[in-house]
Amino acid sequence: MAAALEILFTASFWVAAVRIASPLIFATLGELICERAGVLNLGIEGIMVAGAFAGWITVYSGGDLWTGVAVAALTGAAFGLLHGLLTVPLGLSQHVTGIGITLLATSLTYYTYRLALPEVTSPPKIEAFRPLEIPVLSDLPLIGPALFAQTPFTYLAFVAAALVAWLLYRTPLGLALRAAGENPDALEAQGLSVTAIRMGAVAAGSALMAVGGAFLTMSAFNSFFFEMVNGRGWVCIALVVFGSWRPGKALLGAILFGAFDAYQVRLQGVVGDAVPYQVFLMLPYVLSILALVAVSRRASYPRALMVPYRKGER
Amino acid sequence: MTGAAAAPVVLRLEGVTKRFGPLTANDAISFALRRGEVVALLGENGAGKTTLMSILFGHYLADAGRVAVEGRPLPPGDTRAALAAGLAMVHQHFTLADSMSVLENIALGTQPLWSPRLDRGRALKRIREMSADFGLEVDPAARIADLSVGERQRVEILKALYREARVLILDEPTAVLTPQESEALFATLRRLVARGLAIIFISHKLGEVMAVSDRVLVLRAGRLVGERATAETDRHALAELMVGAEIARPDIGPAQPGPALVEMKGVTVGGLGPIDLTLRGGEITGIAGVSGNGQAALAEVLSGTLAPEAGTLAIEGRAAGAWSPRAALASGIARVPEDRHGVGVIGDMSVTENLVAEAYRAPAFSRRGWMKRPAARDFARRVIRDYEVKCSGPEAPARLLSGGNMQKLILGRALDGAPRIILASQPTRGLDVGAVAYVHARLLEARARGAAVLLISEDLDEIMALSDRIHVISRGRLSPASARGELSIREIGARMAGLGFDHAA
Repeated sequence: MAAALEILFTASFWVAAVRIASPLIFATLGELICERAGVLNLGIEGIMVAGAFAGWITVYSGGDLWTGVAVAALTGAAFGLLHGLLTVPLGLSQHVTGIGITLLATSLTYYTYRLALPEVTSPPKIEAFRPLEIPVLSDLPLIGPALFAQTPFTYLAFVAAALVAWLLYRTPLGLALRAAGENPDALEAQGLSVTAIRMGAVAAGSALMAVGGAFLTMSAFNSFFFEMVNGRGWVCIALVVFGSWRPGKALLGAILFGAFDAYQVRLQGVVGDAVPYQVFLMLPYVLSILALVAVSRRASYPRALMVPYRKGER
Repeated sequence: MTGAAAAPVVLRLEGVTKRFGPLTANDAISFALRRGEVVALLGENGAGKTTLMSILFGHYLADAGRVAVEGRPLPPGDTRAALAAGLAMVHQHFTLADSMSVLENIALGTQPLWSPRLDRGRALKRIREMSADFGLEVDPAARIADLSVGERQRVEILKALYREARVLILDEPTAVLTPQESEALFATLRRLVARGLAIIFISHKLGEVMAVSDRVLVLRAGRLVGERATAETDRHALAELMVGAEIARPDIGPAQPGPALVEMKGVTVGGLGPIDLTLRGGEITGIAGVSGNGQAALAEVLSGTLAPEAGTLAIEGRAAGAWSPRAALASGIARVPEDRHGVGVIGDMSVTENLVAEAYRAPAFSRRGWMKRPAARDFARRVIRDYEVKCSGPEAPARLLSGGNMQKLILGRALDGAPRIILASQPTRGLDVGAVAYVHARLLEARARGAAVLLISEDLDEIMALSDRIHVISRGRLSPASARGELSIREIGARMAGLGFDHAA
């Protein structure tokens, strides 16, 4: 029992928690932006796969790491525009379209992978992002390594969370975006275009999802392989709800999930073979569901979420 | 509010025409609005008021005609240009985001979208100043969801002022207000015109139009049929202009109260109650009140969709047992629900299917679980004929019916079996004068044959005209009944605002 608790006081546990959380932070922020504007984006899982591949193949073919991130973002934005086009001006079902986007993006990615690397059996590695220790701060106990000895990509996740929070609550654009998800009529009555705001939000949000996917190949596993996203997109959908559609709480939710995941791996080592390891794999998800139940009962969702807007209709 | 005749013209419309297929919604409409005046735009539903305003704001493109603001032509079909030129509109359905603050709603869209910072400080200062100047008190930090309807309307007006509107258009602004709140609104409007704003006041309530306007424009069937200085006309003349011909007021004889058909004692449900209410045969009992004060719960109890949490409900002297919509129907309660489109009919089903929706299990329409289609269709044909439902036939989808015809369909379904108890919830909301008169006549017919009618309405004129006894509902409580003509409209208004309940209840 003491051993199980001791895990919590090791620096490597917290480093792992934040690293596992990083891709979730990007993708959760992306989903949050879409939903705040009133569009559910279930394309998230597939867009993460596409982003993971796009970033990786860019670097693999000789591109710079940050160029890889940018290519991933553009790939995500392209799928976002497709999702937006189908759900915003055309007003199709957001659920069905989103699942379609996930299937399309995933299959297209695997197809492209096979075309690009027909001979490969074991996934080739790339030279990924390296940890960048911030002097002094990284020497703090526990949180030092966790927060200040990560890769620049992880730092970018925290910067992104701050920027999204600033955007939503401190800028006129954020106000318009939230209004699009609360009452599109209010937006249209002020002479702003609901279609433009929602399309923009879905494209930008999808770009963030793809960047989250790219984190996996460029800052975690250093290579691309099938099934690597492994349901992280769906976790992010839940994290948005867990965070009551607020960037700060969503960030905490992602770190909490990362902590659950990092914990279960270490707990397996402590407990050994007495319990089947699948139980531990399940643990973060079970805990997430419980946390979701506890937290989101009083969450107020964007009122116009999943409601297509047609001008002039009431 | 006179002496505006010499003031410069702010808004000028010339020959504005809009056609929808064979229907001409606006036929060559021209008028000028001057600084500092209130012009009332009077007309029935469907007269073309809303279409005209939609053209001003660029939601529709006019087929012909020009609009100019302060001498400069307004580009058609451009909402932003209309707002930038100084036009602002307060819609009947507010365009506010409920979970956002007053300040955020007002500031929305007033700064360039790409500015890096929303200037809350400046917005707060200006909102405070305007609130004080015009008597529009509201807390800028409050969430819209926490505000009363009157306060929300103030936010809408502040939105317009914040954008430095020069022309303020109010669409049926008093429909959701108590008489006292309406008075406060009128006082605000007087302050606004004194500062040089021009106001277009859209209404079909003659009393208000007389009280607030300098000039009246009357629209009928898409045409401008009259323009009068308010001081030189009266309600009667305006009513005739608006309707075109005298509408016969229903002739209401004295009530012949029968036995108590519905008795509620201490009924509590949701935010309603405890209330006592008795409905007698041969009487119309009216429930007056601003919407959202418990009317919906009351209607749901009587229609069976909610069971009382406490208290007793007796129908024709027998205590209601397990209470459900089916039990309510079986007890002979006919229902005209508030939300025609959402609850009253199923839009994608046919007129016939909608008509038998409450009775499809009855032997007349089914046998051993199989529908008798021909019987249902015959029934539909009869209702269509008797209740003057205009539709292409019994198989027409209900959603294609106009509001008035949909209501006739519902009336036909509810009233055809000569029910003993009738619940009519907002039965004339959104209907034109002809359809309103029809609904009233049918309710009075039911009263004459001894049915008990519960009329729930926000339209105080309707309540006062039809009801033999009136209760006021406020915050889930019911005032004691007053007989026809016993209370003035002002006294009822005071009760609607929640006054006089304590010693009465």
